[in-house]
Amino acid sequence: MSDIQSKAQVELVREKVARPWLSPLNQRRWRNFKANRRGYWSLWVFLVLFVLSLFAEFLANDKPIVASYRGELLFPVLIDYPEQKFGGFLAVTDYRDPVIQDEIEANGWMIWPPIRYSYRTVNNEIPQAAPAKPSWLYDKETRCSRYPEGVNDVNCTPGNWNWLGTDDQARDVLARIIYGFRISVLFGLILTALSAVIGVSAGAVQGYFGGWTDLLFQRFIEIWSSIPVLYLILIIAAVLPPGFFILLGIMLLFSWVAFVGVVRAEFLRARNFEYVSAARALGVPNRTIMFRHLLPNAMVATLTFLPFILNGSITTLTSLDFLGFGLPPGSPSLGELLRQGQRNLNAPWLGISGFLSLSIMLSLLIFIGEATRDAFDPRKAFR
Amino acid sequence: MTNAPLLSIRDLTVAFHQEGRETLAVDRVSFDIGRGETVALVGESGSGKSVTALSVLKLLPYPAASHPSGSIFYGDKDLLSRDERELRRIRGNKITMIFQEPMTSLNPLHTIERQVGEILKIHQGMGDAKARARTLELLKEVGIRDPEKRLDAFPHQLSGGQRQRVMIAMALANEPELLIADEPTTALDVTVQAQILELLAKLRKKNDMSMLFITHDLGIVRKIADRVCVMTEGRIVETGPTREIFDNPQHEYTRHLLAAEPKGHPPKADDSADTVMEGRDIKVWFPIKRGFFRRTMDHVKAVDGIDVTVREGQTLGVVGESGSGKTTLGLALARMISSEGRINFTGRDIGALSFRQMRPLRRELQIVFQDPYGSLSPRMSIAEIIQEGLRIHQPKLSEEQRDRMVVDVLKEVDLDPATRFRYPHEFSGGQRQRIAIARAMVLKPRFVMLDEPTSALDMSVQAQVVDLLRDLQQKHDLAYLFISHDLKVVRALANNVIVMRDGKVVETGTAEQVFENPQTDYTRALIAAAFDIATAPRGVVSE
Repeated sequence: MSDIQSKAQVELVREKVARPWLSPLNQRRWRNFKANRRGYWSLWVFLVLFVLSLFAEFLANDKPIVASYRGELLFPVLIDYPEQKFGGFLAVTDYRDPVIQDEIEANGWMIWPPIRYSYRTVNNEIPQAAPAKPSWLYDKETRCSRYPEGVNDVNCTPGNWNWLGTDDQARDVLARIIYGFRISVLFGLILTALSAVIGVSAGAVQGYFGGWTDLLFQRFIEIWSSIPVLYLILIIAAVLPPGFFILLGIMLLFSWVAFVGVVRAEFLRARNFEYVSAARALGVPNRTIMFRHLLPNAMVATLTFLPFILNGSITTLTSLDFLGFGLPPGSPSLGELLRQGQRNLNAPWLGISGFLSLSIMLSLLIFIGEATRDAFDPRKAFR
Repeated sequence: MTNAPLLSIRDLTVAFHQEGRETLAVDRVSFDIGRGETVALVGESGSGKSVTALSVLKLLPYPAASHPSGSIFYGDKDLLSRDERELRRIRGNKITMIFQEPMTSLNPLHTIERQVGEILKIHQGMGDAKARARTLELLKEVGIRDPEKRLDAFPHQLSGGQRQRVMIAMALANEPELLIADEPTTALDVTVQAQILELLAKLRKKNDMSMLFITHDLGIVRKIADRVCVMTEGRIVETGPTREIFDNPQHEYTRHLLAAEPKGHPPKADDSADTVMEGRDIKVWFPIKRGFFRRTMDHVKAVDGIDVTVREGQTLGVVGESGSGKTTLGLALARMISSEGRINFTGRDIGALSFRQMRPLRRELQIVFQDPYGSLSPRMSIAEIIQEGLRIHQPKLSEEQRDRMVVDVLKEVDLDPATRFRYPHEFSGGQRQRIAIARAMVLKPRFVMLDEPTSALDMSVQAQVVDLLRDLQQKHDLAYLFISHDLKVVRALANNVIVMRDGKVVETGTAEQVFENPQTDYTRALIAAAFDIATAPRGVVSE
């Protein structure tokens, strides 16, 4: 008896070990996803860009990443040191100030990020009135003309270049794009995730219970979705100061509706499947049936939908920023960059950079979305 | 049949490509169909018989499918090498096809007249009036009563048998030389099946067509075919005149098929055994609501005052055509739908319990559903599926205990326990039904409602499942409520039988009484249809 048991145990262990990380179905989906080369590469490019932008503070900042001052190791990126530390008297240290720089260099060293501007850093050394052209369009003389020692100044280095020029407040465009990309994608991701949670739950309840629940909920959604969102945002913006989370909240109020239709249809279809009846016959409670048996069906439709909703969220935020009702003034945002481009037609680098970064981001997401759709298409056969 | 054959298939191979892998569905198959001849292609599901038939008209999903070798000669030309335009002239005209599922092969949004007329207009260029006249004629020919009234009917207003008749009318519209029938009666009741087969035989003779008949049921083959090709795993293993094959089968697989009918007898009926499930005057009435205030105008009496007694270790068979209310009765007894009347389960009145109150009792009262493809959640592994009930009814079990119970029950239903981490789609229909049975059995129930558990399975698999059910019953003293339209299976399993029609009991008694000495015409018709595939006079059974 114990022999049989131990044998079963061994079997169990072996099966567990042999079991791959993804179920065969998901393996097939992953293969289908990879078969769409464009989407697959887009995913990698997007992931690299996104991860890089998550570390924006280490890429573009007006503070050194690491500094050594009088034998002490400092991390200005992470910790705000008062200026007193370096012999000044201000509460916040301006590391771009030549005096501070000289002080630190004299008593140690510091390592700058590749771009020495944060999204709100004003560059005081631009060779012409803002907006300034990208630095590589100037010759060395002009580029360094505003630095105290001209061509020989230590600060006239590629680290202080404005690779994509500056905007009309002399802020570095590239730094603003990096931070703006991050905030756009994060906003889109959070909004999509939250809308998916709300929309899927609402659709699930409607589809599963049907009848009056469904009828009343559907009428409510019809009324709800006929509210003009843009005007509502304008009105609310007049009352509340628009910030990241307030915008997120307002847009969330309306964006979840997009998921309801798909999920509700899936649940309506699947609730009469025999395996759902079978689960009911086993005495499985409603909530478990919805989660374990019905939700996986609806998830396919939802996941296929997701990248496109993400795109929509990003576009909405951008357009609000463009109109000036979005994130608070001074925030890094692609919409604001586009607005500057529109206002300063004499500075084409603003519009072109804004357009390119936005269109590349959205295209990448659409390509990923297409590949996701392929991956979940059961009839897709690749030769 | 002395002259050249009408259709000649030579060395036909069909390969499917999926994700770089190539699977052979049909492997170098050759056979001929003579003029006026009926050839049956017999085999279990997955044997490649449908794929063979579909490749005749090039209806496979190309380019995922391909033909590495072979030719199909119709007349002097190879169908496989013809282009789409030429094929379209042959499809629905010279060679036509009827499919298994009459529910989905007709367009639900078009009237019968339009669907039949469309074919006449396309292939023969008929005008409206002419097409209408010919449609009427065809409908009459395929035995649809009051064809004038049926012209404007939509498919959902017709019964399954009538729909299949309309499909046949469409197939015959252009007087084809060859009719391919792909399991045309599998989805139908046995009584309707007999009628459709008779109709096909009659029409074949009258129009002098040839027929390629695909089925898994040897009873049908014996009835209708001149010649038989037995297929398994993509090859034809035996071919010959029907009588020779039945009297003197050469190949082992043919013998296996012939021996596969559900056999054996149930244990003797024993009225002294404990009553497990008792229903008195069970009624399930669905209201018909009309008008603005949705007042209840009338009721559909799906189950209308039925008494049921199921005893420990015994089986009550419930038989009847589809729509007779047998499944509704079973669902009412299992308290899956609400009903009137007293339901007594193991000495307890459960008729008024809520879903929540029923939950503890579900352990002893289990259901096995008809469709093994639909009743297993496709995204759960076998172990998860079987464990689901255990998690609810015995939540205190440890992971290992549960796993051991899954292993034990899989052994009990003759499945390899090592396969328990696989997903349902990796199993065949028979194996899936075993899994569904294991899911019910792992809870050690006392009463199991079996809702047509063998109807979706191949003949040979049916017999195995019936044997398994009988073994389990003897071992655990289970009470079965066995619902089926197939009397062959019922006879192999049931001690007592209820014959139902339109929600009422037509006849009841021990299995011996009912089968040996049926009292009503309806029961006699059911028995004749099931065992001899014979039709009854009009009006006794539905169409």
